[in-house]
Parts: sequence; C-alpha cells; structure tokens
Amino acid sequence: MLLRTPIDKKVLKDLKAGEQIHITGTIYTARDSAHKLLTQLIKEGRKLPFELKGSIIYYAGPAPTKPGEVVGSIGPTTSYRMDPYTPDILNEGAAILIGKGSRSDFVKASLLQNNAIYCAALGGAGALLASKVKNISVVAFAELGPEAIYKLEVEEFPVIVVNDLEGNDIYENH
Amino acid sequence: MKKIKFEDLVKVIRDSVIEINCVPSPELISKYNQSIENEDNILSKQVLLSLKENALIAKERMIPICQDTGTAVFFIEYGTEINIDGGFIYDAIYEGVRLGYQEGYLRKSIVDNPLNRKNTGNNLPPIIHTKLIEGENLNIVVLAKGAGSENMSSLKMMTPSDGIEGIKNFVLETVVKAGPNPCPPITVGVGVGSNFEGVALLAKKALVKDLFETVEDDLIMEIEADLKMKLNELNIGPQGFGGKTSVFDVAVMMEPCHIASMPVAVNINCHVIRHKKIIF
Ligand code: SF4
Repeated sequence: MLLRTPIDKKVLKDLKAGEQIHITGTIYTARDSAHKLLTQLIKEGRKLPFELKGSIIYYAGPAPTKPGEVVGSIGPTTSYRMDPYTPDILNEGAAILIGKGSRSDFVKASLLQNNAIYCAALGGAGALLASKVKNISVVAFAELGPEAIYKLEVEEFPVIVVNDLEGNDIYENH
Repeated sequence: MKKIKFEDLVKVIRDSVIEINCVPSPELISKYNQSIENEDNILSKQVLLSLKENALIAKERMIPICQDTGTAVFFIEYGTEINIDGGFIYDAIYEGVRLGYQEGYLRKSIVDNPLNRKNTGNNLPPIIHTKLIEGENLNIVVLAKGAGSENMSSLKMMTPSDGIEGIKNFVLETVVKAGPNPCPPITVGVGVGSNFEGVALLAKKALVKDLFETVEDDLIMEIEADLKMKLNELNIGPQGFGGKTSVFDVAVMMEPCHIASMPVAVNINCHVIRHKKIIF
C-alpha cells in the first residue's frame, strides 16, 4: 500500500496492524527537544513551524550528511520518550507518527480518539532509510543539530503499522 | 619499555570509530544470515533481510549502519612497560574520537550535562575504563554504544538466596520489559557478582566477551545457553513483531562478591553490534 501526503485521515481506517506501507511525500522529523518546544508553542497558542494537520511526524535525528549524499543515516529513535507530548501533537491533527517501540496506554487512547495511527520504521536501518529520502531541509530549531525539525521529501519510505484504528497493536498481538 | 607514537594511537582510534560504525563485521552478517534462515514468520524474515540490506548499504557508502553512532566506550589494558611518545593516552583517545566522529560524518550524541543537555558537538567525552597489566601490551577494546538499548538495561542488588533462578528471572524480566524498544535481535550482557559499580562494568564487558580472554566455565555456559533458549521463546522477534530471533547472544561474566551480596546487571545491545579490539 502506498500513501501520499498530505494524509486524509479517511484512508487510515483500512490499514491494519502488522501491515507494511510505503509513504511518498513530506514527513517532518521531531524528537525529544523538538517535542518539548512544539508543545510549548501549542500551549501558548503560537504559530507552529509547520502545519500539523494531516502531517506525518518521524521520531528521528539524522547523522551528518556526507558530501555527495542527500542525508546521513536516518533511522527511528525509541518512541516512548515522546509519549508525554504526543496527545498535544495528535490533538493538533497529526495523522501518522513514526518511531520504534511501544507506546503508553494514554497515547494509544489518544491515537484512537484522533483517528491517527502509529507506525514503526526499522530501528538500526538508518542507511537503508536514508536511501528513501530525496531531499532534506531544516524547518525549525536549527540550533538543536540532529534534534532540529527537518522536512524530508521521501519516496516509498517503508513503515509497519503498529497501532491501527481498531485498537490493535502488532507488538502485543503477533 | 615499548614506545607507541601518540599520532599512531590517535589515527588508529579515529579509524576504528569510523570502521565499527560503518562497516558491519562478518560476524554480524552471519548472524543476520543464520536468523533469516531460521525464521518462518514472513514479516520477521523480511525485517531481517532489510536489516542485512541496511548493513550492506552502509558498508558500500561508508555511512553509519545506524544514525545513533553511540557513546564511544573504551576498555584499555595498559601494560606497565608501555610509553606513549608525544602525549598522554587519554588525550590520544579523545582526539581520535573527536576526529573520527567529525571526519566520518558520525552523529554527535553527547550532551554536556544531563539536565542542561547542551550537545558537546564532538561526541566527547568518551567513557574509558583502564586496567593496568604487566608487560609491554596495550589492548584497546572500543565500542559504539547506542542509547536505545542502553536505556533498557537494568541492575539489581539480589541476595544469595535468589540463586540461579533469581538471576535468570531478572534477565527475562528485563528483556520482556524492553520488548521492541532496544531494536531486537539483541545481545544480552549479564554481570553477576562484584559490587554495585563493578557489576555494571561486568555486564558491559560481557557484551564484548569474545574480545576478552575468559576462562570458560561449565556453569556459565549452561546459564547462557538456557537463557538464550528461553529468551528466544518469548516471541519478541526481530524489531518486536514476533518470531524466533529475539536475541542473537547471551553472555554472562562473573566475579567474586561479598558474602551478603549477589549483584546482577543486564546490559542490552541492539542488533547493530559495533566493536573491535586494537592490539599494539
Ligand atoms: S538501539 Fe541500536 S540500532 Fe536501535 S537506534 Fe539505538 S543504536 Fe540504533
């Protein structure tokens, strides 16, 4: 199954936990510090550096780009560290979250409430995933280095659905 | 006295941190191959094939196998008859790490302070453990240790009555709790004995046990084999999607301890095994 961004949440209901999907289009990276800053902006009612509605957020911090390459290795980081911030992000309309590892129950509940799904990219496959990235640019918090928010243009970026809209979790039932 | 040139040491450290991060060892590739063979779950097989493909892409392009190029950890055995010509050994290690992470386009993942969390920008400082040995040898084991798996590690001050079953249960508990988070298939390093700080070090050393000369003990081998079997029956599988390969290896190391204690530490490493031994 190939998904193109921006995501219309209606397409998500057909996706099942354990299914492999490919994404083509724009995704945004955000990890620990970026989440902290983003949720601060949300709470203060300020303008966000990118449109969260229908967006795909990827928990990742790339390695530096080698000359001649588009991007350095860019695999997922462990997701549970983003749990405290995730309901705020989902309430703003993010459609797909990508990371690795399991989420807390309150995050799973928030995913269901918001008709959003959580997917896993392969942990420790940063070189392979980098080959799916066609362009990268910094969107916000450049001073954070690998923790900045990057906009990635990806082609057939492979992920596996972990939490689907029926409440299934591939880590728990496989 | 054996002389080792400061610059030679810097260069070897620089090259080694780049190599372990970008070039998968033949052992890692054969671990992928064996587990691909062994899995019958389609998704798990496919995951393992992708992990292998990833390692080969990294090698071909000389980019990191994983973007978390880790904390650089060193175990140094320093011969009393060694003389570093032109500087201090720790300065050589620092400089080698700095250059390697810079020139190898490796990610800088160290913050100066756990609360302020400002990136040091050069992956310094490394973590260095030094042991003095007699003679003219300088042995350096270097590891790039990712945080995803490090965060899933655990230590428990158990008591003598907990026995072997207690140790095994604690290892199982730790791995179950880690689930998909540390990028399985994992390697599990188990330290038993010593004291509070010693046992953590022992567990880390167990992750690179093959690089140390250890006397193989039947009891330890029995515990390792049993744990490996039990952990692979947990059906965590590659990346946590289920399957037969939850762990690549379990390595146990023991040391003497106090009559009242039985410290146990479990250090977890992800599928991206990155270490090597340098011998001067
Ligand atoms: S746990 Fe290992 S493989 Fe996974 S992201 Fe961290 S360093 Fe990479």
